[in-house]
Amino acid sequence: MKPFRIGRLVKERVNRVWMTLWTVIIILTPVIIGGFLLWKSSMLLEENSLMKLLGSSEWKPLSGKFGFSPFIISSLWVTFLALIIAGPICILSALHLTYYAPSFFMKIVQPAIDILAGIPSVIYGVWGVVVIVPFISGHLAPVFNAETSGYSILAGGLVLSVMIIPFILNILIEIFNTIPVELREATLSLGVSNWITIRSVLLRKAFPGIISAIGLGLSRAFGETIAVLMVVGNVTHVPEGVFQPGYPLTALIANNYGEMLSIPLYDSALMLAALILFAIVVLFNLASRLIIIRYENKYR
Amino acid sequence: MENETKIRIENLNLSIGKSKILKDINVEIPKHKITVILGPSGCGKTTLLKSMNRLTDIYSDIRVSGKILIDGEDILHTDKDVTEIRKRMGLLSQRPYPLPMNIYKNIAFGLKISGRRKKRFLNKRIEHYLKQANLWNEVKDRLKEPAASLSIGQQQRLCLARGLAVDPDIILADEPTSALDPISSQEIEKKFTELKNGYTIVLVTHILRQAIRLADYVIFMYLGEVIEQGPAEQFFKSPQTEITKAYLKGSIN
Repeated sequence: MKPFRIGRLVKERVNRVWMTLWTVIIILTPVIIGGFLLWKSSMLLEENSLMKLLGSSEWKPLSGKFGFSPFIISSLWVTFLALIIAGPICILSALHLTYYAPSFFMKIVQPAIDILAGIPSVIYGVWGVVVIVPFISGHLAPVFNAETSGYSILAGGLVLSVMIIPFILNILIEIFNTIPVELREATLSLGVSNWITIRSVLLRKAFPGIISAIGLGLSRAFGETIAVLMVVGNVTHVPEGVFQPGYPLTALIANNYGEMLSIPLYDSALMLAALILFAIVVLFNLASRLIIIRYENKYR
Repeated sequence: MENETKIRIENLNLSIGKSKILKDINVEIPKHKITVILGPSGCGKTTLLKSMNRLTDIYSDIRVSGKILIDGEDILHTDKDVTEIRKRMGLLSQRPYPLPMNIYKNIAFGLKISGRRKKRFLNKRIEHYLKQANLWNEVKDRLKEPAASLSIGQQQRLCLARGLAVDPDIILADEPTSALDPISSQEIEKKFTELKNGYTIVLVTHILRQAIRLADYVIFMYLGEVIEQGPAEQFFKSPQTEITKAYLKGSIN
């Protein structure tokens, strides 16, 4: 063989090994993180059953009582609230931008979306404290006859929703743009109105994409820390309404890690909080995958 | 032989942004005949076809002027809802785009739009239209399967049945066989010659042989203009312009 050719074969081989290696590392990373968190929280898990830890709402680290339900429930509250606000806004505006608005409109909106996506989360937090929190306590709560300082689940949900909008919106625009325009033309030419075309055909076609966009938004909202922590009140109790304060898992970890490490069980408990966070995000991902797979088996 | 005009286009101009796509189009399309719009790619055939059922409306940068008269009514300047206009025309596109539903619902969709909801009626009509598109025997036992599970040739016939189900009197076909294998193409072509008794068919193609096989009337376009039009026999036997002669000889493509 000519040396030139050997050189090429070696290069090919080395590149292949490299690529495989990085792929394997990407696959292993979440496994390693999960394993590490499990190992670090094992001390607490040995002394208490997982069910008890998840179900109890008693959080008294000094007397060794760790109930995670206030945190889990707070996290779920703010996340789903954010999603209920952001989801419809994103779907409707993505539809408007792709199917109704003139093309120059997109050129104005795209930079706005990118700027929203690029703002550091602490700025969203400050905006929440300065604008949203007083708005809730001063204007919104009185309408519903609720007493609140403004630092509440609702504040957290609102701030989060604004944060995930650019994220979900970008993916949705991308998805609607990948639906062939011919499908839209074919449907319209049956004599169907624009809206029916969107509702019965295009949204249906985009459904798997919409689910994965929302799934990603969900995971992002669930893991957001600083902005939520600044407006949500951080009171350890199970919230019973949107005007009450809450204490999400992320805030628990960020507020306490490094402070009370002289209590070994506390350290372990925070690691368990991280593991729960991790597990729930994985569950969200699996659930959206599952929905997509089932849908695709049904329709294509 | 009577030669009633179904579609008459007068001084149609169309531009996308700053580029003119169609220039001063004047054509007449006879009723219950196959009219073939022939020409090299990029000459505006498809655009002309789509302007006939106002699919050009959905692009904000398209400007249209002139008249498109269908049975004497100008569809570009009318108070009628655009969905009423489109219902009168079935569209068959280059590749089949079945709706993301099962086979049954693909046909039922159009029927339901026209307000038909009774199960028995739907079943009967769906069988009728699938038979009309020569698809019934192949799909009658799998109506609940997704349309995307059909072969591409079957999908194109499904799209034809779907188009017929809204009861149009015009069929617009945009190179409907370009993605199909020879046998499926043949089936579609055969179907067209059967359908022309009840429908006015406008077929866009760049396949000369297909045009010769099917056309009763030919419109030849080149660079956004209609160069020549007339009955098929006359067009193919004694073309009038140099461009047409060159195209028929195969030197433009």
